[in-house]
Amino acid sequence: MSTPEKDKTRKFRAAKRMREIMTEYYIDAKSAVQTGRKVAWITSGGPVEPLIVMDVIPVYPENYGAMIGASHMGGDLCSKAEALGYSTDLCSYARADIACAIENGGPIGGLPRPDMLICCNNICGTVLKWYEIHARYFNVPLFIFDTPFCHTEFPEIARRYVRSQLDEYVSFLEGVCGRPFDLEKSREVGALSLQGQRLWQAVLDTAAHRPAPMTAFDAFFFLALIVTLRGTKTVVDFYQELLAEMNERIDRGIWAIPNERYRLLWDNLPVWYRLKWLSETFEAHDACLVADTYTTAWCGSMKYIDENNFFDSMAEAYTRIYLNIGIDEMVKTIYTMIDKYEVDGMVMHSNRSCKPYSFGQYDIQKMIQEHKGIPCMVIESHMTDERSFSESQTATRIDAFMEMIKQKKG
Amino acid sequence: MGPLNIFHQNADNPHGYARGLKARGKTILGYFCSYTPEELINAAGIHPLRLFGAKDDTGIADAHLQAYCCSLVRGALTDVLSGRLDYLDGAVFPHTCDSIQRLSDIWRLNTNLKFFADVVLPVKLTTESSRRYLEEVLRKFRSDLEKGFSITIPDERIRASIKTYNAIRTSLKALYRMHAKKTSPLTAGDLNAIVRGSMIIDRTEAASMLADLAAQIQAPGKADGSEKRVMLVGSVCEHPDIYRLIEQAGADVVWDDLCTGSRYFEGLISEEGDPISALARRYHERIICPAKHSSVTGRGENLVTLSQEHGVQGVIFLQLKFCERPASRACSWRSRPSCLPKVSS
Ligand code: SF4
Ligand code: SF4
Repeated sequence: MSTPEKDKTRKFRAAKRMREIMTEYYIDAKSAVQTGRKVAWITSGGPVEPLIVMDVIPVYPENYGAMIGASHMGGDLCSKAEALGYSTDLCSYARADIACAIENGGPIGGLPRPDMLICCNNICGTVLKWYEIHARYFNVPLFIFDTPFCHTEFPEIARRYVRSQLDEYVSFLEGVCGRPFDLEKSREVGALSLQGQRLWQAVLDTAAHRPAPMTAFDAFFFLALIVTLRGTKTVVDFYQELLAEMNERIDRGIWAIPNERYRLLWDNLPVWYRLKWLSETFEAHDACLVADTYTTAWCGSMKYIDENNFFDSMAEAYTRIYLNIGIDEMVKTIYTMIDKYEVDGMVMHSNRSCKPYSFGQYDIQKMIQEHKGIPCMVIESHMTDERSFSESQTATRIDAFMEMIKQKKG
Repeated sequence: MGPLNIFHQNADNPHGYARGLKARGKTILGYFCSYTPEELINAAGIHPLRLFGAKDDTGIADAHLQAYCCSLVRGALTDVLSGRLDYLDGAVFPHTCDSIQRLSDIWRLNTNLKFFADVVLPVKLTTESSRRYLEEVLRKFRSDLEKGFSITIPDERIRASIKTYNAIRTSLKALYRMHAKKTSPLTAGDLNAIVRGSMIIDRTEAASMLADLAAQIQAPGKADGSEKRVMLVGSVCEHPDIYRLIEQAGADVVWDDLCTGSRYFEGLISEEGDPISALARRYHERIICPAKHSSVTGRGENLVTLSQEHGVQGVIFLQLKFCERPASRACSWRSRPSCLPKVSS
């Protein structure tokens, strides 16, 4: 275990700035009624850039779900949703968020009331029903951005369909906001979004350094901005600062895990209510979770973005995101990450909340073992509902897994 | 054997029926949900067989699917991996829920059947662009079938298939209505077997047997009218015991909103004009299943209309363990309890 002084140097300067930005952001969102701005609730993988163009404040129930999980309020809120009739099998983000909306409770006193709802099903089908429930409850307009699943390909017919929905989205926003969409501003926002994604990728890439200056647990924390404020200058400035700090750490030899010996890859959403415990448990084995498939997803479809035509290329970029592709496509991304970050093993979070992320993991595990020859382990939870987590069972599994890695690697 | 027995027998033993078909040289495609355009499969001269999945030991699926996966998906994977579906020439995966979507990947990577297709329909069924896309998906599926089996599927064959399906759906609805009006000796459990059997047996034979059955039924129902009239709502019901349990409790399922029930037969296909456009129109306009979106209140309103139309006194939500869909749906319904004569679940 590290000493307190070491902990001090290992704290990120940028963390303070990030908290400030998030606080300002939530204050802005919560005072939108007074400032006359509109608020849209939007799914985490949804096309946010048009909202930024329209000066609408995007609010993310999923980001809020993470906050609920991290503040250990998930179990209680989920049980409230269950009392309302929602099944324990439902995604814990959805359960917790629905309970918050109805109870007006949760961290920061609940989310500001939405003026509109934007639901993109590129992450799952759950959001479709979840947003319908909100649309009925708040009685506000709902826009569904339908991104056909790309098992093995992105057919031309799907491209046309999604592209036409971008126009429908713009008309929807013009209708709700009562003003025209500014194309010039759209280009600026697009450029900032791409720049933000590039910087986020660059930040994550610093963990390719051996030893790594950051862990996936840090990425889980710093992710919030690329999710919530993508397309703004704030994000670009912040990640520039964070990137500089990462590089400075590399120069000064400040490592995330002081005695990094083993490098691991995390799959699926974080277990929000056990971040610290998990990070310490792995650290005790000198293991650093250097990368993860989750935070990478917010820059993973940059390859489909056309710098000179951001708006049109959103159709492909938002459809071919990590969760909206077949598992044989997903595993290609994982192989690249294993090589890039020089990973010794993979930790798969089998997340009862998220079926599209979790089903197929066993096949992915088999493919990784066959093609990359690295061991994989599985941790089971509901990412925001702490009632489902067994610490002792997980600790035993981690110990056994690390033993295997040690034997293999020496 | 009368038609009712034939439906019961084949609903109970689809594998036996399919093997018989295979022995007679028929090509068979398995499919999962009522959004599969089986009219096109039938038009191709291929037999569409609805897969319900094994109900017994699904241990073989453990290597691929976590324990928190619904029985339908686990059962289907069990069936194919254990070789019980050795008569299949292929399978068709419509885009429905997240679980079916991943089953499609796992199936594609772990089986080696001649034909495989994902039919990724839109989830949003409210716009002209989604209708257009839906139609294009159907055209693509037609050409996938043509390529996969080196055949052509002329429009006339699709029209003929549409007629067969319209006949099946009309008869099923008539049988349901007679039951709801208590003018039929058939029980709710019989109707469930008839709908499921219609997804198993040859469609032309099904159409004619259903028409015979509807014509034969004149006897009043054996129910004395004192049972409570309930509606069963959910995804798939393939457990005859549920009907027995409900009967024993003094109630009768007079209508349902199930994938293996009214959602299968509601909505006829126009027999005029371009057959693919006509098919697309039905899929775009029919009462949706919870995996799709029409309006935010559409499903709840449909349940209210159905319960009023059929004098329903209570609603039973049938939820397959680990399925998220009915869960949210049940709640959407509960959020409007005042519309209901009585709600139970
Ligand atoms: S955690 Fe998974 S199921 Fe829940 S909202 Fe996110 S993508 Fe959907
Ligand atoms: S029962 Fe639910 S989870 Fe299972 S296949 Fe049907 S919709 Fe999907």
